[in-house]
Amino acid sequence: MPDSIKIRKGLNINLQGKAEKIFIKAKRAELFAVKPTDFHNLLPKLEVAVNDKVKAGTALFYDKYHPDIKFTSPVSGTVQAINRGERRRILDVVISPDEEFEYQEFVQADPSTLTREEIIHYLQSSGLWPAIRQRPYNLMANPSDTPKSIFISAFDTSPLAPDYDFLLKDLNSEFQTGINALLKLSGGKVHLNLDSTYPASTVFANAKGVQINKFNGPHPAGNVGTQIHFVDPINKGEIVWVISPQDIVTIGRLFIQGRYDASRIIALTGSEVKNPRYYKSIAGSCIRSLTDGNVREGNQRYISGNVLTGTRVSQNGFLGYYDSQITVIPEGNHHEFFGWFSPGLSKFSISRSFLSKLVPRNEFRIDTNIHGGKRALMITGSFEKVFPMDIYPMQLLKAISIEDIDLMEKLGIYEVVEEDFALCEFIDTSKTDIQTLVRKGLDLMYKEMN
Amino acid sequence: MKGLRKLLDNIKPNFEKGGKLAIFQSFFDAIDTLLYVPDKVTRSGSHIRDAIDMKRTMIIVVLSMVPALLFGMWNVGRFHFLSLGLLADKTFWEIFRFGFFKVLPLIIVSYVTGLTIEIIFAQIRKHDVPEGFFVTGFLIPLIMPVDVPLWMVAVATAFAVVIGVEVFGGAGMNVLNPALTARAFLFFAYPSHMSGDKVWIAGLNQGTGVIDGFSGETVMGYAAANRLSDMPYTPHDMFFGFIPGSIGETSTLAILIGAFILIYTGIGSWKIITSVFAGGLFMGFILNLFAVNDYMAVPAWQHLIIGGFAFGAVFMATDPVSAAQTEKGKWIYGFLVGVFAILIRVLNPAYPEGVMLAILLMNVFAPLIDHYVIEANIKRRMKRVEPSKT
Repeated sequence: MPDSIKIRKGLNINLQGKAEKIFIKAKRAELFAVKPTDFHNLLPKLEVAVNDKVKAGTALFYDKYHPDIKFTSPVSGTVQAINRGERRRILDVVISPDEEFEYQEFVQADPSTLTREEIIHYLQSSGLWPAIRQRPYNLMANPSDTPKSIFISAFDTSPLAPDYDFLLKDLNSEFQTGINALLKLSGGKVHLNLDSTYPASTVFANAKGVQINKFNGPHPAGNVGTQIHFVDPINKGEIVWVISPQDIVTIGRLFIQGRYDASRIIALTGSEVKNPRYYKSIAGSCIRSLTDGNVREGNQRYISGNVLTGTRVSQNGFLGYYDSQITVIPEGNHHEFFGWFSPGLSKFSISRSFLSKLVPRNEFRIDTNIHGGKRALMITGSFEKVFPMDIYPMQLLKAISIEDIDLMEKLGIYEVVEEDFALCEFIDTSKTDIQTLVRKGLDLMYKEMN
Repeated sequence: MKGLRKLLDNIKPNFEKGGKLAIFQSFFDAIDTLLYVPDKVTRSGSHIRDAIDMKRTMIIVVLSMVPALLFGMWNVGRFHFLSLGLLADKTFWEIFRFGFFKVLPLIIVSYVTGLTIEIIFAQIRKHDVPEGFFVTGFLIPLIMPVDVPLWMVAVATAFAVVIGVEVFGGAGMNVLNPALTARAFLFFAYPSHMSGDKVWIAGLNQGTGVIDGFSGETVMGYAAANRLSDMPYTPHDMFFGFIPGSIGETSTLAILIGAFILIYTGIGSWKIITSVFAGGLFMGFILNLFAVNDYMAVPAWQHLIIGGFAFGAVFMATDPVSAAQTEKGKWIYGFLVGVFAILIRVLNPAYPEGVMLAILLMNVFAPLIDHYVIEANIKRRMKRVEPSKT
């Protein structure tokens, strides 16, 4: 294996509003929520009712098809509301927190002394199991599978992404304990993937029992899907699990303290944030606790996650289960007179068709305007510039459009998830919702195979 | 500008479903989105999008063709007055003005015919008017001889849009390059208007006032007739474009400016452009090696600056819809376009210009090339599984 795997194709989108490396203790949110909608295809069954008292780690609902997988409250408090959407689908379970937290007690033990079944049991009952996701299909991992390997990306290259080295500073023992648990779960190796352009923090560099792989290059070098492709690609019938470093720390705390401590660090980013910084917060917080008084006036888009793959939330929305970042960017619901003909000095484009390429600029402020109408997929050769895998992106997308299962399989659908196509969606001239299309393909494939 | 936006917003309901003018919805949308980039925002997924869209892409392609058009207009005037023996008396602007008013009607006819059909189809299919015709409508006049009757341009454009594009399902689904479809249609339906030694120069067909002994023969006309030694043009003339030919094709320099714009902006495939030139050079050398007549002995590099070779390589072969779609496929596709263009040009006396046929031929074979490129990728993926199975 070479020292460092060089990713040549890709694109870094430099946006305004990178979080300054300062920790701020966020004020305790007034409300918290766990959202079944964060988990694709989940059919939740409630275990609590409105006004029930819950502790941090008490199950709120479980997975209908895997009743052992619990989704637990990040805080102790009272169930304030259970909001439902169309066809009575549960949107979120809202908790109003106590002053002092009480914790549900789990086991305090070194995971290396526990069996695989015990670890799975504690992860499931504490609500941490869903942190592990599987490829293909990008779904919550199935506890009855044994993955051929587990992948952890210790750096994020997406726009305004939080710096994991900073997030996990001094959490060496928590991280290692979490890794020890994962080592028991994996049927093969546990891969820890680092950015080779700067020296890794000791949390990652000194991790034991893992295989360290180094990468460098533009986004999507930090996408775990890209890393899997270059280290141990997924073939038909194979399963790989992935998990993010902050969730590993939470798993570590579970086994060290015997409780579900959902505190995590959130990067508040984006051009419309007055002081973009890192906040010590808690999973499931209402984002108001971070954004109040820190966002510019105007019509803004609040995103839990990053601008390429995040979920749109309302101003009073909640942090997503998998997210360590909130981004605030301007909405773009305005007409632009002859916009397609303008010189475009401040417009961002991967093509050199706007004058902005002639004027060097470090950071862009990009709004949510689509900049054009939907068209047939016509332009060729552009996706290939930002898609590093040995897969033909356009051909795979067309195979999904015509729902040709056989062709999708041949062209490599098992290796990709929505986020791997985020840059294609960003640069697409025909303005197709590509990630939605990829999700449709994965769902079709999953239905076919199961 | 606020007033105009208000006006558009006010009359918009009339064109929407159930409105009085709903049958003109596609037309209204085309005008509206032409004037203003829509205010639509992303819903999920990638919340931000690249500023480029199809309109921007197409306008860049059109801009890249403007140098060839402007030179073509001037060249039309130049040869007209040259044939009358009046060139020395005319100023630059008089020459350009003559060409301008000669070429402008062709452009208008091509756009009006094509866009009308596109808008009707868009309305029937209930989708937006595609921008592809921005480019096609501009290309068609550039690849016509200047004296082509306007009605022929209209018929050829209609043929290209309906049979070349719409029957396949609209822009993005066509197999053949639409502009070349128009030209091929005329070439086979009205050969006397598309070839010979009279059609390339405005007014030569009527013949009034033409000086004695003036010939409107193209370089390839001379070559095909084996009279290269009589030809008055130097390679210098060919490169800068002081030769008769279709309106936009004569000046290699103007075309190279266009190529630079396309490659710099990333909108035209540099792989296709360079590989067409490489293929042409390669075939030229092969013919030089086995030369048995003057035409086969023409230096390989000279093939690249005569006829429609450069124009085809830069503006026609690069059409993303009808070209190969895989990056590896583009190399093969472009190279074969170049090879066939020179092969047909030199060895088949029935077709004085081979570029058109070479590109159309390779348009048809492009999906096959892509198929093999993709099969190779699929095989690589299958191979990965096999060792682990055993």
